[in-house]
Amino acid sequence: MGMLGNLVVVAVLLALIKPVRYVYNNFLPEKVLHKLVRFWDKVFLAIIWIFAGMTVAALGFIIFHVLSNGLPHLTIPGLFSFDAPPETVTLIPAIVSTFIMVALVLLIAVPLGVLSAVFLVEYTGAGNKFVTIIRSAAEVLAGIPSIVYGLFGMMFFRVFLGLGMSVLSGTLTMSIMMLPLIMRTTEEALKAVPMTYREASFALGAGKLRTVFRIVLPSAIPGILAGVILAIGRVVGESAALIFTAGALLEPRIPSGLFDTASTLTVHMWQLSNYGRFMNETYAAAVVLLIIVLLLNALSAFIARKFSKV
Amino acid sequence: MTGNIDISVKDCNLWYTNFQALKDISMEIEEQKVTAFIGPSGCGKSTFIRIFNRMNDLIEGCKITGEITIGGKDIYAKETDVTVLRKNVGMIFQKPNPFPMSIYDNVAFGPRTAGIKKKTVLDEMVERSIKQAGLWNEVSDRLKKSALGLSGGQQQRLCIARALAAEPKILLMDEPTSALDPISTGTIEDLVSELKNHFTIVIVTHNMQQATRISDKTAFFLLGEVVEYDETTKIFTNPTDKRTENYITGRFG
Repeated sequence: MGMLGNLVVVAVLLALIKPVRYVYNNFLPEKVLHKLVRFWDKVFLAIIWIFAGMTVAALGFIIFHVLSNGLPHLTIPGLFSFDAPPETVTLIPAIVSTFIMVALVLLIAVPLGVLSAVFLVEYTGAGNKFVTIIRSAAEVLAGIPSIVYGLFGMMFFRVFLGLGMSVLSGTLTMSIMMLPLIMRTTEEALKAVPMTYREASFALGAGKLRTVFRIVLPSAIPGILAGVILAIGRVVGESAALIFTAGALLEPRIPSGLFDTASTLTVHMWQLSNYGRFMNETYAAAVVLLIIVLLLNALSAFIARKFSKV
Repeated sequence: MTGNIDISVKDCNLWYTNFQALKDISMEIEEQKVTAFIGPSGCGKSTFIRIFNRMNDLIEGCKITGEITIGGKDIYAKETDVTVLRKNVGMIFQKPNPFPMSIYDNVAFGPRTAGIKKKTVLDEMVERSIKQAGLWNEVSDRLKKSALGLSGGQQQRLCIARALAAEPKILLMDEPTSALDPISTGTIEDLVSELKNHFTIVIVTHNMQQATRISDKTAFFLLGEVVEYDETTKIFTNPTDKRTENYITGRFG
């Protein structure tokens, strides 16, 4: 059947909707109608369940696959030994590098992103030209593939600024990548703070600064943390942008400083799986990655609950 | 029975961008009296009350003309410090709006804003304000608990305590009981009658019985104008203007 045929089928179905509804509403005895309504209710409920089930199943399958392939090879101390002769595939340096990278990126991106969002939401009126430009710039930045950030980081931080293949280059690149994400989630969180809080604060003689930092920001913390969790997940999961800026070591070691090369866990995984060298260890690293992400999520949820209590 | 004039308004006009919300209002509000503003929705009474603590400054495109003085000082003069003005003119809003923090921190917000840091002084101010708002017996054992756990009526009294802690001279109340049940409303009304011994109170209300119960003077607003402003008893028993009579007898609005 060609395109025309499809169109005809759709048209016929659409044309049927009205008469069917008419018959439904006017000619069916109430009892039958109620039964039909209940029947369709059940059908749609079943459809919803099926789709929800598919989503959960996909997630479950991934986790199962990673665990079943990775857990048997998660050897201690093998994968977690601190001395790293070339033959071993220890994950310790990669884990340490990951935490260092996450901490440094948050240190740069969170203050910058949160303060930019405060500026956009609290200090500029609606319809401000400047704000529109910043906002659309952030939107564009958020949509750029990470490999592009990697190339930019390589050309700008690594080569132009001469920072080399280093923790610092990687951190700065990732910070730029995280900025729009944190900015946008913070903006949403700030906008969700009721206007009445600001009014009450002003009415008590508080200035703008006090209102923003004592009332608005604390109320927005759960929302801001949600953005921070997302950012952490992105840093932990990033590979492309880091391979070009922070490096991908064949023989991992803990970085000696900001200007030393480092591989995060994800990059290390990529390196392990390269040419199918250490597939078992790759799966084991995936298990560790999964656990780290889960732990970070739990931690952030815990902090958010702490803050939103009082 | 004329007292000292606290707030004086001369030829006040207010525009929201192109819409004129207040037209040529002149009014004198007496010290330590309760003055009620009544009128149908959208008549400008809430807008008018927000002139006294310059809350309208927060609204973009809002333009005000005329002379508004409090205690003889022009509050729209260039040298007026808005934060000082707002400290002196407390406000209670339509919906209880405690901050999402502890009861104590809510009440201490005003004093802390004024720079008071000493714990003994703060403790004393918080206790006095909460007592003044008639809430002490209900919350004295849970000052460190979240203010959001209180009932609506308690929250509104907490907001009153919070306003009182800033030690204002004037209290503005913008329909303070419209979101509350009758019993909480009664409690707040009793409180207002008590507070007027220390404060000048201006209250916006939709509830005409409330105006008769608690106010000394009443102004009737209609379409941005003050139709009639007089002793409350006069307004409700023998209004001069036909429109006032129609409104208070429930024929419109």
